[in-house]
Amino acid sequence: MASRPRTLYEKIWDAHVVETRDDGTALIYIDRHLVHEVTSPQAFEALKVAGRPVRRPELTLAVPDHNLPTTARVDAGGTPVTIADPESAAQLAALEANAPAYGIRYIPATAKEQGIVHVVGPEQGFSLPGTTIVCGDSHTACHGGLGALAFGIGTSEVEHVLATQTLLLQQSRPMEVRVDGDLGPGVSAKDLILHIIGEIGAAGGSGYVIEYRGAVFAAMSVEERLTVCNMSIEAGARAGIIAPDDTTFAYLKGRPMAPSGADWDAAVAYWRTLHTDDGAAFAKSVVIDAANIEPSVTWGTSPEDVVPIGGRVPSPQDFADESKQVAAQKSLDYMGLIPGTPMTAIAIENVFIGSCTNSRIEDLRAAAAVLKGRRKADTVRWAIVVPGSGLVKAQAEEEGLDKVFTAAGFEWREPGCSACLGMNPDKVPPGERCASTSNRNFVGRQGPGARTHLVSPAMAAAAAVTGRLADVRELV
Amino acid sequence: MQPLTRVEGRAIPLGLKNVDTDIIIPAKWLKTISREGLGRGAFETIRSEPGNIFDDPAYTGANILIAGDNFGCGSSREHAAWALGDLGLRVVIAPSFSDIFSGNAVKNGILPVVLPQEAVDRLLEVARAGEPITVDLEDQTVTTTYQDRFTFDLDPFRRHCLLNGLDEVGLTMARGEAIGGFEADRTAAQPWLMRGTAA
Repeated sequence: MASRPRTLYEKIWDAHVVETRDDGTALIYIDRHLVHEVTSPQAFEALKVAGRPVRRPELTLAVPDHNLPTTARVDAGGTPVTIADPESAAQLAALEANAPAYGIRYIPATAKEQGIVHVVGPEQGFSLPGTTIVCGDSHTACHGGLGALAFGIGTSEVEHVLATQTLLLQQSRPMEVRVDGDLGPGVSAKDLILHIIGEIGAAGGSGYVIEYRGAVFAAMSVEERLTVCNMSIEAGARAGIIAPDDTTFAYLKGRPMAPSGADWDAAVAYWRTLHTDDGAAFAKSVVIDAANIEPSVTWGTSPEDVVPIGGRVPSPQDFADESKQVAAQKSLDYMGLIPGTPMTAIAIENVFIGSCTNSRIEDLRAAAAVLKGRRKADTVRWAIVVPGSGLVKAQAEEEGLDKVFTAAGFEWREPGCSACLGMNPDKVPPGERCASTSNRNFVGRQGPGARTHLVSPAMAAAAAVTGRLADVRELV
Repeated sequence: MQPLTRVEGRAIPLGLKNVDTDIIIPAKWLKTISREGLGRGAFETIRSEPGNIFDDPAYTGANILIAGDNFGCGSSREHAAWALGDLGLRVVIAPSFSDIFSGNAVKNGILPVVLPQEAVDRLLEVARAGEPITVDLEDQTVTTTYQDRFTFDLDPFRRHCLLNGLDEVGLTMARGEAIGGFEADRTAAQPWLMRGTAA
């Protein structure tokens, strides 16, 4: 069949069009739907009120993650621990009741497979290349690391997917972010995506689906690709995607919900067609040289507020745009920072290693490699490691990483969203700073008044050891 | 959903860029299983400051909000749209919106109006003067008592849903046969795609 050259995004889109309305809106089939407790109760309630069934319960997977405390889930006698916060408990109970009532697979808080939805989906082989994946959570973009078209949706759309297994969508425009060359030592996927967001801005991807292309992404592990795609939303993009390849297939083979036997061979044959054709056009293209990237940190309250660790806190006058000057001044006030201060002079009191961006086994290995034989500075009041899932936790314990963390003065926790967002007991106190491997440095994100500096896992470990933001390359 | 054709009223001149959904409604307010009452937590951090714009009597009863670039960025929480609706807001005017937020807004009868920065700056002035602003979705115009007139674009399907207060789920369920046909083809060609958790 002769057809015009298409981008990867366009190929996946085309394969999911059920029909197109006269006004250009397309009805898009959704292959995989992840559900957590925060953005689903109102959707289930609406179904109940309208008497609507769930169209394809086997295409939805439910996991609690946002509200769960990361302390022990069962007591010494093996009895599940009661959630102290009554609102959190009610929300968790709603998911636990709603999922089975509609025939949806539910992974309970006490199961070893439980974790952050965006860690669980790939880990279980539920998330697959070429599929459309949605969740009532903006970091769904994460699954694009497997070559899926994955994006966050609101609760009305959660209801729409449950009832119809489709969404009414306008096609986004394809955008390319190409990074060639090699990342230097100590420069991780997180540093790269922070750098990219700093370059293109928090709205630089607005209206687009970003495809990450070039040698740097081809050389990455699946875990690294998930980290990159995860933060596409922080650049305003609808989704981020990396073409699936042998690395992807090796990662997925044998996972519980991945195809097997003859289905596996058919699936891989199909997945091999999922790449941007030569000559396909992108509506926007950004090219970055990997060699210029240093470990990155944020100074402000937008993920675009990125500087290299060797840099300084900027001044509002450094920005040409007047509204950005105003925003920068507000950020500096909130963050309690003085322009010109070297980033490495900023003391931190808290360290958080976790979140859907950086809680996979490779992230924990990278942090542990820095912490081995070292201890957190006495001025670091609170340091926690929150594995992305029970399976990540078990793997880390098998490798002895938990011992490295606890010997370094970190707390070793149960899986969940934890201190990435202020809705469970893990919060950063007002006015205190946190070196955090999460994805958002918004005002109040880690708790009211909390000051967040986004970093990679290795950089978070370096900050813990030195008690300030530090260049991990000076420690290894 | 309540239809929206024309909104006339005072506007809150917020003007900030990159207003994220954590600013609109902090996470601690998301522990609800209802869509109601979220106005109490709306813009909590800004409203904790004395003399803030949301509690300024000059803007009491405002049904329009004017903001900067990239309004509603960040989290997909529809609670942001519910919170704005609970504050009585029916229109947000900004130079750009996050994709997820603008979709959530429309599904809750809130109109996101995209206008160039110069037009937004002018409307901020009008709003600060306490003068009303009129947003007409039929004509796709924003007008003021000072004879300003700006036109805006909106995706025709979103416009249709807003004007008629339509429920998208109901519309799509009426297309069940087309969806069933797609599923049957898919099951025949790529059965592994349809197994999901049953694999």
